[in-house]
Amino acid sequence: MLSCKEVSLLLSRSRDQRLTWRERLGVRLHLLYCEGCRRLEKQLRFLHAAVRRFVASAGPAADARLSEDARRRIRDALPRD
Amino acid sequence: MNPLAEVIADMPDDATRGTLSDPAGWLDAHGDSLYRFALQRVRDPATAEDLVQETLLAAWHAKSKFAGKSAERTWLIAILKNKLIDHLRRSRREAPLPDADIADEVVDSMFAEHNGHWVRTPAAWSRPDDALEQAEFWKIFQACLEALPARHAQAFNLSEIDGLTTDELCKVLEAQPSNVWVMLHRARLRLRECLELRWFGLASENR
Repeated sequence: MLSCKEVSLLLSRSRDQRLTWRERLGVRLHLLYCEGCRRLEKQLRFLHAAVRRFVASAGPAADARLSEDARRRIRDALPRD
Repeated sequence: MNPLAEVIADMPDDATRGTLSDPAGWLDAHGDSLYRFALQRVRDPATAEDLVQETLLAAWHAKSKFAGKSAERTWLIAILKNKLIDHLRRSRREAPLPDADIADEVVDSMFAEHNGHWVRTPAAWSRPDDALEQAEFWKIFQACLEALPARHAQAFNLSEIDGLTTDELCKVLEAQPSNVWVMLHRARLRLRECLELRWFGLASENR
């Protein structure tokens, strides 16, 4: 049986890579009887949503545009067809 | 949905079709999109401009490989993403972050040594979606992010925000997959615990 520590690592890894069926099975079995790890699974999803929202609100404006200067500089550096 | 997919989904129809034009045409049609994509990830306008230029040059050199199956902008964004990875890797070499410790005492202390069970079971977070609407929550969220060890935080941001795959993370961080996963695990558990201690654990008292 997997420990909470192992399951927490697998739950974290599953956000980045698909687990093998054996790993998924081990995690699902563990979650059946472990409330703490079930909460962790939900909370990892929350962290993802929260950090995306944090960056969207704190990050550079969604309407940022290349300045005319930058545009000219880049155009001059490009080959002409 | 990952950020790349969002950018593509945001594109108007006329940007997803069309034939391959010349670099100046790419600059006119996609320059601002490429710039925003880069700026959100490097935060520095001059660097973002350079990346747009590098991308368009690389695209011009590789244009015979453009199959025309994918949209022009999708193709350019894919090139930009590679340029970004190269850039992040270079800047990591110039200003290396301290290596992740082999052991992370904070995370290790969350689990019992003999059986790997939680020492303190994660709490049920009450109404987490409500937290997202509160300014006070975001201050704590930022403080918790800033409390992460630098290298963990970088791995976390690249994975969660930029949607880098494990392979891409390995390239940027110059680490093995197992190390990348350990760093991400530590970042997530530390962040989780910080939010629980400083926000969700207090929910019943404060609200």
